[in-house]
Amino acid sequence: MNYLNQLTIKQALSGLEQKEFTCQELVQDCLQAIDKHDPKLKAYLTVEPEQALAAAQKADQNRASGQAGFLEGIPLAIKDNFSVQGMRTTASSKMLDDYVPPFNATVIARLRAAGTIVLGKTNLDAFAHGSSTETSDYFTTLNPWDTSRLPGGSSGGSAAAVSADLCLGAMGSETAGSVRGPASWCGCTGFKPTYGRVSRYGVVAMASSTDSPGPLTKTIEDAALILQIIAGQDEHDSTSSPLAVGDYLAACAKEIKGVKIGLPKQYFLPEISDDIKQAVMDAVREFEKMGASVQEVDCLDPKYSIAVYTILQRAEVASNLSRLDGNRYGNNRSFMGDEAVNRIMSGTYVLAAEFQDQYYRKGKKVRQMIIDNFASIFEQVDVLMSPTFPMLAPRVGASQETAIFGELMDVLVEPSSLAGLPGLGIPCGFAQPKDGDKKLPIGMQIIGSHFSEELLFSLGHAYQQATSWHLEKPMLS
Amino acid sequence: MSEEIKLTREQTLNVAYLADLVLSEEEIEKFRSWLKEALDCTLVLQELDTTHLLQVGHITGLTNVWQEDVIKPSLTQEQALANAPRSLAGYFRVNCVLEK
Repeated sequence: MNYLNQLTIKQALSGLEQKEFTCQELVQDCLQAIDKHDPKLKAYLTVEPEQALAAAQKADQNRASGQAGFLEGIPLAIKDNFSVQGMRTTASSKMLDDYVPPFNATVIARLRAAGTIVLGKTNLDAFAHGSSTETSDYFTTLNPWDTSRLPGGSSGGSAAAVSADLCLGAMGSETAGSVRGPASWCGCTGFKPTYGRVSRYGVVAMASSTDSPGPLTKTIEDAALILQIIAGQDEHDSTSSPLAVGDYLAACAKEIKGVKIGLPKQYFLPEISDDIKQAVMDAVREFEKMGASVQEVDCLDPKYSIAVYTILQRAEVASNLSRLDGNRYGNNRSFMGDEAVNRIMSGTYVLAAEFQDQYYRKGKKVRQMIIDNFASIFEQVDVLMSPTFPMLAPRVGASQETAIFGELMDVLVEPSSLAGLPGLGIPCGFAQPKDGDKKLPIGMQIIGSHFSEELLFSLGHAYQQATSWHLEKPMLS
Repeated sequence: MSEEIKLTREQTLNVAYLADLVLSEEEIEKFRSWLKEALDCTLVLQELDTTHLLQVGHITGLTNVWQEDVIKPSLTQEQALANAPRSLAGYFRVNCVLEK
């Protein structure tokens, strides 16, 4: 039997319009799925059934009176670093254990104005510092495909919730890989927009020069529907772009014939397993069949991005978290978890007057080098394609093996994040890991030049029309 | 590649002090080694000649973003204080920073 929580956003909108079911029924099915599966998966930190059902009732009224918003009645999961007025927002840190924001993040204000319903807040690495959810001060979210494994992070709760149908879609945020990465390990679609395409206002800051809110969804069309609402300039975020927002759903319908695909040689690292490389290359062949051309390109070695990202992100983390002093809201600094302390320590070190030239200024110069490198590559090709994460989802506990686990997992997404480029993460196959018997999703990324979101939607949708990887679902016990 | 970074216990404690963090005895060595691991991973940047490069500005090229200096609706005093651990007579209450 099919339940309404298994629908895509597009399917649900159609069903609601045709009066096949109500917003309240849709929300009830999501809440039932959460009740049944979330005690094991632990995707959500906070679920608000009463608020969600009240919002659903209002959405049904709006639909009945012909005042439906663009996404009226669509229940979403929201990463717990987005301020939602009246709903506990912890960023998975005990520092903010009882913080209830008095305002909405711009993303939330826009989603609510469009009629969406917030089911609850999803788990992340504390303050988004990580790629596993293991640094959450509360608990680790488990991967719906194999609950002995990690979902990726930092938006791991959102990705797991989408993959397990505990919502219709979700919001995540990416500083470097935090949307594309968990989408890869959980087998869903993740869209990281160009830096500045979506306002950061009201999102608990990690690295302000890189943070980009983005949707995690079951299909690329659903990502287009959400991005359509949340993209655009915001007076509360001076780094948001004044450029006009495209028509993303229309972009999904465009042909991709003639698109030039670049395969960055340096991204197909020797340590990446053949299964992953093969799945990505099979996907590239699909694009070729649809009329795209493919060529190899040379990129700056991504190892430099790990170094630059480690310096700049941690410097910005140290600066951003210095405002958390426990005076205006939240607990005092003794409540900082180990990973936050780790990053604040290194960020403070590289910003110290004595070492600024060696680390912070050097990092900012190499970041310019990375941006220039991409600019020259996008004179040759339209997009780049590669694996997203260098490995399949590892076992719970893997992030404790190194102090820079996040940076290492994010090696293939850090360069484009540092350059502020948009990136799409989509499922492109499955493989059985050497240390397990359950098949796990493989994710690939498509990187475009600044503000090329429409092209990424065209490519993503063409691929999801030609293949069915995104339709595969984990068996939930 | 240049040699590994050396980091002392005193330097670690100084960084913690600058960041307003208090480390327990067991934490000092843990965070010293983590800090060293993070710094070691940045050494590869020394391979790159950046002499003639400028530091990056805004990454998608925005410059001079202005808006009118107009007062707009904002949080009420009550809302602003709602999450404060300690408040008094409409103000945030904080620890004394100056000795008497």
